[in-house]
Amino acid sequence: MKHPKFNLLTSATIAAAIGFGAASTAYAETELVVVSWGGAYSASQQKAYHEPYMAANPGVKIINDDSASDGLAKLRAMNEAGNVTWALVDMTASNAMLACDEGIALEIDHDTSLAPAPDGTPASKDFGDMIVSPCFIPQIVYSTTFGYRTDLAKVPPTSIADVFDLEKIPGKRSLEKKPINNMEWALLADGVSGDDVYNELSTPEGVDRAFAKLDTIKDQVVWWEVGAQPAQLLSDGEVVIASSYNGRLFSAIEEEKQPIAMMWDWQMLDLDGWVVPKGGPHHDVVMTYLTWATDTQRLADQAKFISYGPARKSSAPMVGKHAELGIDMGPHMPTDPKNAKNTLLTGFEFWADNADDLTERFQAWLSQ
Amino acid sequence: MASDNKHYVQFVKVQKSYDGEILVVKELNLDIERGEFLTMLGPSGSGKTTCLMMLAGFETATHGEIVLDGEPINNVPPHKRNIGMVFQNYALFPHMTVAENLAFPLEVRNMGKPEIEKRVSDVLNLVQLGEFGNRRPAQLSGGQQQRVAVARSLVFEPKLILMDEPLGALDKQLREQMQYEIKHIHDNLGVTSVYVTHDQSEALTMSNRIAVFNDGVIQQLASPEALYEEPDNAFVAQFIGENNTLVGDIKEASNGVCKVEVNGIVIDALPVNIGAVGGKSTLSLRPERVTVAPEPGSCPNIVDANVEELIYLGDHIRTRISVLGHDDFIVKVPNSSSHAQLKPGHPVKVGWHARDCRALDAPAAA
Amino acid sequence: MAQAATAIEQDVMVTVDGTPLKVSLARSLRRNKLKALLLVLPLFLFILVTFFIPIVDMLFRSVENQIVGTVLHRTVPLLAQWDERSGELPDETLFAALAEDFKEATAAKTSGRVGRRLNYEKPGFSGLFRKTGRKVKTIEPPYREAFIKIDKKWGDLDIWRLIKRESAAFTIAYYVSAMDLSYGDSNEIIRKDENNRIYLKLFWRTLWMSLFITFMCLVLAYPISYLLSTLSVATSNLLLILVLLPFWTSLLVRTSAWIALLQQEGIINDLLVWVGVVANDDRLQMIHNRTGTIVAMIHILLPFMVLPLYSVMKTIPPSYLRAARSLGANQFTAFVRVYMPNTVSGIGAGCILVFILAIGYYITPALVGGQSGTLISNFIAHHMSISLNWGLAAALGSILLAVVLVLYFVYDKIVGIDNMKLG
Ligand SMILES: Nc1ncnc2c1ncn2[C@@H]1O[C@H](COP(=O)(O)OP(=O)(O)OP(=O)(O)O)[C@@H](O)[C@H]1O
Ligand SMILES: [Mg+2]
Repeated sequence: MKHPKFNLLTSATIAAAIGFGAASTAYAETELVVVSWGGAYSASQQKAYHEPYMAANPGVKIINDDSASDGLAKLRAMNEAGNVTWALVDMTASNAMLACDEGIALEIDHDTSLAPAPDGTPASKDFGDMIVSPCFIPQIVYSTTFGYRTDLAKVPPTSIADVFDLEKIPGKRSLEKKPINNMEWALLADGVSGDDVYNELSTPEGVDRAFAKLDTIKDQVVWWEVGAQPAQLLSDGEVVIASSYNGRLFSAIEEEKQPIAMMWDWQMLDLDGWVVPKGGPHHDVVMTYLTWATDTQRLADQAKFISYGPARKSSAPMVGKHAELGIDMGPHMPTDPKNAKNTLLTGFEFWADNADDLTERFQAWLSQ
Repeated sequence: MASDNKHYVQFVKVQKSYDGEILVVKELNLDIERGEFLTMLGPSGSGKTTCLMMLAGFETATHGEIVLDGEPINNVPPHKRNIGMVFQNYALFPHMTVAENLAFPLEVRNMGKPEIEKRVSDVLNLVQLGEFGNRRPAQLSGGQQQRVAVARSLVFEPKLILMDEPLGALDKQLREQMQYEIKHIHDNLGVTSVYVTHDQSEALTMSNRIAVFNDGVIQQLASPEALYEEPDNAFVAQFIGENNTLVGDIKEASNGVCKVEVNGIVIDALPVNIGAVGGKSTLSLRPERVTVAPEPGSCPNIVDANVEELIYLGDHIRTRISVLGHDDFIVKVPNSSSHAQLKPGHPVKVGWHARDCRALDAPAAA
Repeated sequence: MAQAATAIEQDVMVTVDGTPLKVSLARSLRRNKLKALLLVLPLFLFILVTFFIPIVDMLFRSVENQIVGTVLHRTVPLLAQWDERSGELPDETLFAALAEDFKEATAAKTSGRVGRRLNYEKPGFSGLFRKTGRKVKTIEPPYREAFIKIDKKWGDLDIWRLIKRESAAFTIAYYVSAMDLSYGDSNEIIRKDENNRIYLKLFWRTLWMSLFITFMCLVLAYPISYLLSTLSVATSNLLLILVLLPFWTSLLVRTSAWIALLQQEGIINDLLVWVGVVANDDRLQMIHNRTGTIVAMIHILLPFMVLPLYSVMKTIPPSYLRAARSLGANQFTAFVRVYMPNTVSGIGAGCILVFILAIGYYITPALVGGQSGTLISNFIAHHMSISLNWGLAAALGSILLAVVLVLYFVYDKIVGIDNMKLG
């Protein structure tokens, strides 16, 4: 009762307020409101993209807005209110698809709008199949994978099957409270091959099979909902093994020196990138910025600050050392050959169709 | 044990302190007879409510013993004392009807339903509220609520009824009517009652005996007449009724009469409560006992005075005169033609009898 | 005098200047009314904008379904004539209209939106519409075959039945879904597959947990409030500050505190292990489940119970209890029969406040609730910001609103709303 009332209205009001603020100062310089996830991730964008760009273009001021976690909902509210004030929004690939379906994101011609690779390869080739939606400009590849406590795990887990093996790895484990990834892992652990996972999941029997596999560990699972939780649960020793974004695990291991190690088997690769809101302000400025901020060098630069892989093939060889820790980032990338023996790219099309239904089923399963 | 079966209620050397520093009740001894209507009268803060609360069981005596009907009750909890109480704000239960309020003490005594109904209706009739049983207290006037409160304290036939300024919230006329009704009920039922007030006329009208309190001490315990006519000390004389005081030095004291020099003139007075010769004394003299322009030799004390102010009150004239250095001396002059010559600013002679002029203790300030 | 006399003769009272009394009274009253109106106007507008309009908007959204009929505006009227029981696919003219609609919708980027809307009813529509939208530019007659070639789902009768059902401007589909129901093969309403039933269970859980939390708040708050009301003002103010403390700590601080206290490696478990009540490898699970939600919500909502109770208790003269005692009731009877009935208004106000707040809470359950401590509002939030199914969110919200109104009505019948005192 409280929530919709609050959200519909506040979103509209906030949108109006931001719009007013932006309009009143626009004459001095062009302000671009760029929406992202906050924290270390926004910081990496700030250092790799925003700061160098603003230094080179004094007429542009980039303002960070950390509301990407409900970016889609707010973008829709702005669109309904007819007052879109966001210049660029950082979204996961699946949300970008939703935004595109909803008609609230602009379709982009990747070859004309984005820079080619240094060797002249057009952008659409350079990004390849990372372009999962015409509205989506890929930025990074991140993976959802596992971290485990080196001191608490009986033996180091080596495969996805170990996550579901309570005898080999006894103790609590933490998974995200969503069907996405968990369903795939359940089938993989149950012996389904990577190529068949989504075919299998498209059948009712396959869904039952995944839930049956999840049933075997259900009462040992602590479900996480916010990105910061799994690393915290691991650090507190509340769980032995947890699924998490690889960047978060990197911070826990390398920056906080927690006794945690990575288990990369069947990491789920997902994409994150930009979306240009339909009807947003300063279209030309935004496109100029976007072309620059998604070129090969910039994407490689971002990897100096966070352990996510650049979405362009041409950026991979340029990834160097972490800007502060000085460690070589290569081995920490999801795309490093040692880590990428078994990987699966999230089935965006599958989830666009089935997320509503399977989420409902998943929640019902949880509450049983 | 100090209990004495002759007295119904006894306070034996009772002391009370709330904070461990000040005694608000100082060594109180008080006997109340069965069927008596006793009033505690005194200025605010003199300890009346405290005494009542100790009797009801809501405060414990710091020292001493309280006896009811031959039994010490210091350690009896309030609900077992069987004492009815009327509170200043009535304390009627707002969520119950009048009848339910009256039935409450009977229900907690596990009385049978028919018996309860009978008693409730009897007591409602007694206070003339027969038709009001189904109303809530808030739907009654102040006087009606008052009667319900009295009825509730009576309905379970308590050993004793305590009333703490029960009429304080009523206007003057209603108050006088209620005084009469309470007195009437008391006369009919003969239940022992202890009544607290700081209104002296209320005390004088209603009581068999009055205990005058001041500063945690009973100054005098006597019938209304005795208190008025024969106050024991300056405080009582001053507190009860209108009173003239003259302060002087004791010159001579013999049996039945003493001489006190006031402002250089020696006055004959009745020694009641005086110290040694040479000490101070307060002379107390009721305004109606002073004669204006007395026949020479008709009374021992005749002095010169000066008329200051006249207030016409119909049947008498209140006259303020200055006499013996006191300019607030009041005389009540009957409204007869012989006194028509009184005029402000004119000299006059006044006189009184030695037996009407009570020589009491020294004034507190001296 | 004469005038007054005539006035009475005419049976109409007039004022000195001759206007009828009623007219002049009405005039003076009107001025008062106008003044009163102006005084409440700002608040009225405020409530209209911040409360009333959003609720109407929510009710509207829960049934609103313009998108299908607007985007497929050529197809839908033809679909109305199609007999869904014939066992035949719609005819070629309808497919031609669909092709036109699709071309227009793809240009206007609205086809995806229809796909999303229909995907709520049946998984697969999203992909179907996206795929069709990509390929429709080059479509050639005969259209029926062409569509089926793009995706064979277009040849599925169920797809067409569903589009027909959801082509009206208003729909009850969101409510159907919110009640754990769904449509059967011939569009009859049936219960959802057991694996997908979720909302009724959550409504029920939300209800009993809110009632339980309300009850616990009452049990905890009553003695505290009583104590506060008997203390001197200075002491009771100090203690009230302690009671209000949860209001003043930020949500994050509170949450971390609960986690530090309640988690398996947390202080309480450590203490219990140390005392020997629980074994080290069998520590209690007190957070990320129902217990966590209940503990945290009681903590937050307690002040809402204490304040009305305290304010009512403070007005109860101590002489009531004394009177009851002097009338022969022991301490317990006096308290139960005289004191408690006089606090009913405070109990009512506190319970309604806490219950209504509890039933709509979602931040706390989301943070410490785990799976078994999730409440219906978490799902409303989920549909608001994650799945973007605002229609379903609105339907769930409306049902919650209806439940609260029904309970409020029942409360009014039993206790009486006039008996409520907020302080
Ligand atoms: N609960 C209490 N705690 C501390 N002191 C108290 C308490 N009740 C009364 N006192 C003090 O005891 C003294 C006597 O109070 P008490 O109420 O008996 O006076 P009272 O004669 O009934 O006065 P009043 O005519 O104003 O009602 C006063 O000085 C009062 O301040
Ligand atoms: Mg008193």
